Amino acid sequence: MKLNANIPSGPLVEKWTRHKHEVRLVSPANKRKYDIIVVGTGLAGASAAASLAELGYNVKSFCVQDSPRRAHSVAAQGGINAAKNYRNDGDNVYRLFYDTLKGGDFRAREANVYRLAEVSVNVIDQAVAQGVPFAREYSGYLATRSFGGAQVSRTFYARGQTGQQLLLGAYQALSHQISLGTVKMFPRQEMLELIIVNGHAKGIVVRDLISGKISSVMADAVVLASGGYTNVFCLCTSGGASNVTAAWRAHRKGALFANPCFTQIHPTCIPVSGDYQSKLTLMSESLRNDGRVWVPKNAKDKRPPQDIPDGERDYYLERIYPTYGNLVPRDIASRAAKRVCDEGRGVGVTGLGVYLDFRDAIARFGEKVVKERYGNLFEMYREITAEDAYKTPMRIYPAIHYAMGGLWVDYNLMSNLPGLFVVGEANFADHGANRLGASALMQGLSDGYFILPYTIGDYLARNGVKRPSADAAEAKQAEQETAQRLNKLLSIHGKRTPVEFHKQLGKILWENCGMARQEAGLKTAIQQIAALRDEFWQNVIVPGSHQDLNMALERAGRVADFLELGELICLDALTRAESCGCHFRTEFQTPEGECLRNDADYAYVAAWEFGGVGKPSQLHKEPLVYEEAHMAQRSYK
Amino acid sequence: MKVTVRVWRQKNPQSLGGFVEYEVKDVSPATSFLEMLDVLNEQLIKQSKEPVHFDSDCREGICGMCSCMINGEAHGPENKVTTCQTYMRSFKDGDVITVEPFRAKAFPLVKDLVVDRSAFDRIIQAGGFISVTAGSAPEANTVPLSKYHSDLAMDAAACIGCGACVAACKNASANLFVAAKVAHLNLLPQGAPEKDPRVLAMVEAMTKEGFGACSVSGSCEAVCPKGIVTSFISRMNHDFLTAALKLRVHSARV
Ligand SMILES: Cc1cc2nc3c(=O)[nH]c(=O)nc-3n(C[C@H](O)[C@H](O)[C@H](O)COP(=O)(O)OP(=O)(O)OC[C@H]3O[C@@H](n4cnc5c(N)ncnc54)[C@H](O)[C@@H]3O)c2cc1C
Ligand code: FES
Repeated sequence: MKLNANIPSGPLVEKWTRHKHEVRLVSPANKRKYDIIVVGTGLAGASAAASLAELGYNVKSFCVQDSPRRAHSVAAQGGINAAKNYRNDGDNVYRLFYDTLKGGDFRAREANVYRLAEVSVNVIDQAVAQGVPFAREYSGYLATRSFGGAQVSRTFYARGQTGQQLLLGAYQALSHQISLGTVKMFPRQEMLELIIVNGHAKGIVVRDLISGKISSVMADAVVLASGGYTNVFCLCTSGGASNVTAAWRAHRKGALFANPCFTQIHPTCIPVSGDYQSKLTLMSESLRNDGRVWVPKNAKDKRPPQDIPDGERDYYLERIYPTYGNLVPRDIASRAAKRVCDEGRGVGVTGLGVYLDFRDAIARFGEKVVKERYGNLFEMYREITAEDAYKTPMRIYPAIHYAMGGLWVDYNLMSNLPGLFVVGEANFADHGANRLGASALMQGLSDGYFILPYTIGDYLARNGVKRPSADAAEAKQAEQETAQRLNKLLSIHGKRTPVEFHKQLGKILWENCGMARQEAGLKTAIQQIAALRDEFWQNVIVPGSHQDLNMALERAGRVADFLELGELICLDALTRAESCGCHFRTEFQTPEGECLRNDADYAYVAAWEFGGVGKPSQLHKEPLVYEEAHMAQRSYK
Repeated sequence: MKVTVRVWRQKNPQSLGGFVEYEVKDVSPATSFLEMLDVLNEQLIKQSKEPVHFDSDCREGICGMCSCMINGEAHGPENKVTTCQTYMRSFKDGDVITVEPFRAKAFPLVKDLVVDRSAFDRIIQAGGFISVTAGSAPEANTVPLSKYHSDLAMDAAACIGCGACVAACKNASANLFVAAKVAHLNLLPQGAPEKDPRVLAMVEAMTKEGFGACSVSGSCEAVCPKGIVTSFISRMNHDFLTAALKLRVHSARV
């Protein structure tokens, strides 16, 4: 298979403009003849569905929650980047492009990242017009703040609820289209299979989660906006229903899965406290604007934090990275936290935690200002830990947070399967080996509002209306396979619950493919996961039937797919014998303990082809050729 | 600690529901209320019994999916928190905790603690949006907006659409939910052109869905996990009356 990224020719800064001019258009009168399926209603899916419907296409939109407004994008706290340069601090499209590429440790596709920076400004315009109440200055103009990995202030925010507000904007645009009849909305419906006819993606099999009914939905193109797969780790910052099933089913049908081992660890989460825990809660990166990270200098110092004088505190980020200080990128902040904890200087009962301290910010600006900026985050922290962060520093520790990897797409956001488009966190495209804070919201909305509407038209114009009926043999077969799988899960009657398997898988991955990875550990993990998967199919217990709301069955199906993905994550990490961004192989580090990249051998996108369960996946490489940027050694010192 | 939960179990809307008691042992006070139910469900699954169905997703108080009446209070005993942010430290060892679904005519029951809140989506579809299409927006800083109004709009926009306000109201009124969206959009210059039709359509949709009239008791504000205040309802009533009067004058003119 030859991978073609379809990057337009011409200078980097002109590529997208030229491409928009060159893509084929579907005439207004013909658009309503096309049906498009959009799976997912997060920022990427809701914005795509609304925009496609505005253009005149018939859209069918699906989500697993009871309302499109509850997609996990709702949980994003800190903000969204855009190269507006409202602060007059030297920001511009090129700088945002370069920061993002460098933040990703030069493992993203150059042309995509430039386009992302370019459209970022339109996203803010669109959101404000929709009524998103971004924070404002007393002048009435938009406020911004700083995020990790940047020396300019380009992050727009709505208190600590930026994702919620942006999602409501997109959800309301979607609701408008639903009222006009251009979008048909199907909540509480889970995509369980992709339908391929003559090599093109032409439909999906869905299960109505309330009635249990399994049916096929056909269309002229399928868009997956099903979010990231970090839930494979079980304990992470994503929502309970976040899954890889939609993407994994497409992968099993031939769509390539790119860079699965690029999973981001967020440095500021509330530490794990017990076995019963169902998720980890993020404390927004924005807190690092004013909070200072430290641990005691002396490992034996067990005094309460307030009693430790400044001279006996190690503000290690400020010490090691004086230029960026507390605002180094996430991968760097996470590894630094791990290092001080490994040295025995971690805080809290488990020793797996560092302080994030607002004492100095409160002294400088007063409690009122700090409350205004982060009030809801302090509240959340209090609810969960019963501690008051205005008085005592927060305790934080890194946790799994975001998937840079995902289904492989070309410049048009189309996978290698014609007619299958992938947007938002579900694709692999823009963040390389590490995503900068506030860039996922920017990407999801750019994909949905301003990129996909152009590129999907090109595919449709070239292929015409070719929508098979739901009675097609391919659809019937996919439905049958789905029903068989569900019946199988229900008929094992084993001894262990789906959650127990999920937790065990997460543990294997966190220990061997988390913040630090190495060859022997990865090899063991691959074996352990294969064994766990075998056990799952013989020993899982799922009560109830599939003709009814059955949350245990939903979980079992998702865990089954995670058990296959987990192995691929480890294989990808094993194959990439270098360190880059989030992917830290202990064998490959600089004397200072930073990532040691190997551009000569690994400057490529690893795109994996499914080979069968338990059989080897095949690696395809898309070389990363940079026309403008230079792959430099990252430094935040 | 050890608690007894009395949970509402009902297989589907047609079947008869009732309370079933379960004992959950070894609960740490740091466990969240839903994690305690997770522990119970793990026990049930291991006995080949169907787990207690309840809705949740984000488990950090922002998606609005979780929705339990705990000891008769929407989202439980603590102020300004959702069910998922309720922790067992709010209960005592040996407590008997009653758990029911959010009940309202406009929220039909699906199974156990799960209800259908799609009526809220249909109210938003009636007018809870600004009809701007992608591509037509002006530069974001073209229209300045006072920080006061922007902050007030954000206070209203913080609604998570959980439906606690409806569940707590003796009339099962959706006034607080609708008022929050009307205020969010009507307060902004971008929302001004559709101000009148918006409020008229949303109020009409609310009535059509079978929500009751405002009980003026303030119980909605008391349970709202996001601290949405009833003064937004007065604002909505004002917008509604103005719009209705304008409509009369307009139709008289034609
Ligand atoms: C706690 C948290 C805080 C964050 N903060 C920030 C931030 O401040 N700034 C930033 O830029 N990024 C942030 N991120 C990242 C960002 O929020 C996400 O990457 C982004 O919102 C993902 O959007 P999405 O549309 O791709 O997917 P999602 O919002 O996850 O939506 C996925 C959709 O797909 C549907 N779906 C999934 N599987 C199926 C299926 N099988 N069948 C049918 N439907 C399905 C779901 O129902 C849902 O509607 C944060 C993430 C988290 C978890
Ligand atoms: S589960 Fe999201 S608010 Fe409770």
